[in-house]
Amino acid sequence: MASVFSGAPPQGGPGYSFTQTPRAAPSGERQHGFYPYTDNGGSTLGISGADFTILAGDTRSTSGYNINTRYAPKLFKIGGEGPDNKGAQIVLSVVGFAADGDALKERLDTIVKMYKYQHGKNMTVSACAQRLSHILYNKRFFPYYVHAILGGLDEEGKGALYSYDPVGSYEREQCRAAGAAASLIMPFLDNQVNFKNQYMPGSGTGHNLQARQAQPLPQNDVEELVRDAFTSAVERHIEVGDGLQMMIITRDGIAETFTPLKKD
Amino acid sequence: MNHLPQAWGRPRDDVYGAYDHSHFQTSGPIQHTQSPIVTGTSVVAAKFKDGVVIAADNLASYGSLARFTDVKRLRKFNDQVVVGFGGDVSDMQYLDRLLNSLDIRENYSSSETALNAKNLHTYLAKVMYKRRSDFNPLWNHLLIAGLDGEDKPFLASADLLGTTFTSPTLATGFGAHLAQPILRRTLPDDASVEDVDQETAVKLVKEAMKVLFYRDARSMDRYSIAVITKTGVELHEDEKLENQSWQFAEQIRGYGTQVN
Repeated sequence: MASVFSGAPPQGGPGYSFTQTPRAAPSGERQHGFYPYTDNGGSTLGISGADFTILAGDTRSTSGYNINTRYAPKLFKIGGEGPDNKGAQIVLSVVGFAADGDALKERLDTIVKMYKYQHGKNMTVSACAQRLSHILYNKRFFPYYVHAILGGLDEEGKGALYSYDPVGSYEREQCRAAGAAASLIMPFLDNQVNFKNQYMPGSGTGHNLQARQAQPLPQNDVEELVRDAFTSAVERHIEVGDGLQMMIITRDGIAETFTPLKKD
Repeated sequence: MNHLPQAWGRPRDDVYGAYDHSHFQTSGPIQHTQSPIVTGTSVVAAKFKDGVVIAADNLASYGSLARFTDVKRLRKFNDQVVVGFGGDVSDMQYLDRLLNSLDIRENYSSSETALNAKNLHTYLAKVMYKRRSDFNPLWNHLLIAGLDGEDKPFLASADLLGTTFTSPTLATGFGAHLAQPILRRTLPDDASVEDVDQETAVKLVKEAMKVLFYRDARSMDRYSIAVITKTGVELHEDEKLENQSWQFAEQIRGYGTQVN
């Protein structure tokens, strides 16, 4: 069938000059005409504290060098009441292929709402985290091409943060950056949240050096860290920018903030 | 004609021999669309304070051949939604039939409110995502323009991968490169939508269509344009590009006949 239409310029790339246009149909089976994934860029970040969790993500959506839109949220409330997720206690952030991200969000949201409907109590963050892992693993051989981060408060009221790979491996962590600028943000977080490569002043030299112990940070410090992380990422990554959306989960509920970022 | 209605309208077996059904054999792998054949180019759209403007030219190309010059690529769904189609024309016609059947079903149902642009966008996005997940994509990039549940302007996109996004201005295909920067000068963000009236928005979209005609080789100067407001859909399907000026052509340097 394809050979009939080979007069048109090939799909793969520019071929508009006459000398380049293939005269004969490419021989053999044509393979892989349709690739079902794309990368919509952007970055997300989550940090948990003693009694709160903060999730953040930029709002730019890209395809290649194009900006699709300057406001496409990557943070979603999960559970709660109705389409606006009133009273939700869990936040999911997804970055990667946006269509898969939306599909994943919708599935998890439905499951958490059905849990409340069937059991008459809210799903715990740990249960939701494990369920999310199962959803991702169930599509192991045609994965949701996303890096998910799930945030909330655990049964003791402490900040809980779980991060995932596209096929469902997951882990509870203090902090995690994902997406296009993950490699720029994560080392910064290692240093500023987990105090990696920081040592106690005056503790000696060489093997006597004492590592500075990580401890949960106050909420204000974390908010500033997040803003610094993103303003820096915007400078060095073209797929990150336009706006910064933050969701702060405390026992009082979810507070949402928006900070403009550079639009270049 | 004989007493076997199955054979009516078919070549007679006694004259031509039995029909060779091997053409219809279903063994072997199922084949899906791997590339678009007859295609439509850009669709452009912009919001304004009372509604949305959307436009697309009337050309369906077959590769570089301008094959069909009277193909309407804007589809009015009801009094508050218009869908614009870029990409494969046969898949557009399939979606058109799908929207027809959806509309009929909706009209027979007892629901009191008609489907708005937001509803239709959700529906079409799910259709597109389902088809890409079946590895049998509908090779289109759609813009859905109209009013949402609160009668506010609504504009969103859905493509063959199921990717969706909304923005004050949108353009598919070549328009994403050429028209979008022009549209964004007037409508940089959501707040600016309130400052733009219908006349400005229509002028803006027509200007974008003109730029696309100048530079997109698979475009045409006949186009459709629709304005969706609370008072309904105003759809013109045979507009002609006005006030073209090719003055700029002689300024172009670097290729063509001139040396430098």
